[in-house]
Amino acid sequence: MATVTRTRPPAPARPTPAGRRPTIASARRRLGLLYASPMALLVVVLFVVPLVLMVWMSFNHWPLLGASSPNGVENYSALQDPFFLRAVMFTLKYTAVTTVVLGLVAFGLALLVQETRPGVGVYRTALFLPSVVGLASTSLLFYGLFNTEASPLNELVRWLGLGSVDWLGSTDNALGSAVGMITWRFAGFYMLILMTGLQSIDPLLYEAARADGANRWQIMWRVTLPLLRPTLALTMVLSLTGSLLAFDQFFILTGGRHETATVVISVYREAFLSQDLGRAAAVSVAILFVLILVNGAQMRLIRRADR
Amino acid sequence: MSRARTAGFHITGSALAVLFLLPMLWTLYSSVHGRRAADGGPGWGVDNYERLADYGTGLGTYLLNTVVVAGVAVVVTVVTTTLGGYALARLRFPGHNLLFLVTLAILMVPYTTILVPLYILLGWIGLQNSLVGLGLVLAMFQLPFGLFMMRSSFEALPRELEEAALIDGCTPGSALWRVLLRGVLPGIVTVGLFSFLAAWNEFVAPLIFLTDGAKFTLPVALFNLQSGSLGSVDFEALQAGVVTSALPCVVVFLLLQRHYVRGFTSGALKG
Repeated sequence: MATVTRTRPPAPARPTPAGRRPTIASARRRLGLLYASPMALLVVVLFVVPLVLMVWMSFNHWPLLGASSPNGVENYSALQDPFFLRAVMFTLKYTAVTTVVLGLVAFGLALLVQETRPGVGVYRTALFLPSVVGLASTSLLFYGLFNTEASPLNELVRWLGLGSVDWLGSTDNALGSAVGMITWRFAGFYMLILMTGLQSIDPLLYEAARADGANRWQIMWRVTLPLLRPTLALTMVLSLTGSLLAFDQFFILTGGRHETATVVISVYREAFLSQDLGRAAAVSVAILFVLILVNGAQMRLIRRADR
Repeated sequence: MSRARTAGFHITGSALAVLFLLPMLWTLYSSVHGRRAADGGPGWGVDNYERLADYGTGLGTYLLNTVVVAGVAVVVTVVTTTLGGYALARLRFPGHNLLFLVTLAILMVPYTTILVPLYILLGWIGLQNSLVGLGLVLAMFQLPFGLFMMRSSFEALPRELEEAALIDGCTPGSALWRVLLRGVLPGIVTVGLFSFLAAWNEFVAPLIFLTDGAKFTLPVALFNLQSGSLGSVDFEALQAGVVTSALPCVVVFLLLQRHYVRGFTSGALKG
């Protein structure tokens, strides 16, 4: 390839260095730079620069309006704010419950629909369909279901003779309602990932296990789960990261009331209600730091499971 | 498989399918069966949609805003990652590894953590409160998935295809347009679909970046409908709004389902 030269009209203004004619390889290098440049520009301007700016902002007093001034690590005192600490605790609790509930439901669904047989495609699509509805739309939909005025859910509960339930009326109720809603929204999404993992397990291994006299329970624990570990780890990374950054569901369902503010809601409050962007940036830097640690640990877990 | 087990499978499957579809069906139902029933009227009708159409600067404006944002995001994601994916797969250029790594690093940085500096930055470059600015930001967050997808799409094409095009007189540039683009079309559709769903449904970024009520996208406008009005919430108009914003996603997904699932199984996905 590299030896093939392409004839092109000589460039009169700029003679090529060392008398070498431009080869295809060098033309390709230039073309590569040209083609990659729009993406590189987007990455640098909208990702690298804001990342650096965020760290810089965290060391400055930075009001929403007006001039900024350096103030050292003062913004990081936001991490000791009782409101923020409560948000951290609530977010951790929510993340733990969601990850367990969602994981179990999705795994159950994946076991149900993993085999290719007549009719299974319809079930897969029906179970997955909530995943294409936006999280904000989902929250507004369930706000209609969880309200105390016109909710069919409450009519059902009353019909069952359980009195009336205030689905969003307390921190615990709101937590449970949100977990139920998130499970509805994401179970099909994780089901699809887990299904792909299940289908990639060699059927010969199951046959061998059965030939050795293993029962279904033993096959689950000794064959399926160990081989599914990388996929399970992937869904856990997604679920943990997603729930730690929860915003839409609580912002819309409860407005962050009765101690249901999440970590990201507290960043939003610092930035746009307290109008202190420096403190918001400091909290963001801390969140990012923790998430990179969490992700790093999980990646190692996945890689170990892959071996 | 015994007949009893097959029956059990279908009973469980249908029950779960109904359970998952029920909230959507309820929204659809209450959006066309609203207030008039309470007032003693016939019950069915589009008056919930009519009230929604009159809300704020009008449903039409919010829909158009959302289309613009999603359109910018899809076009920018598809064009930049197709060119970038080709460059990374086939054109060795200085810094290609660095670009790939930095782009993938976007995955490690959840977007909500850099919204505050992005807000400042968009102000500096004159794109604050701008639908185009918002579209660009949403496109940026789709770059890792798009690049991964397009790079492997180009790598999956046989090298001979490109060599044949070069021998036939194409330059590496025109080979892309005339020959290779057709081969990576499934990848392009997948990237576009993911980008569309993400941009159409985004809530936090438009909530922060758009300050002018006339520029709100559908999710933000609906949130304002829910929280903004004093006194009672117009639940039926809200459900009409949920249907309006969810329907395009459901339709697009059902049409392009095959591509979506392929995007999934290619192992490159983002939560």
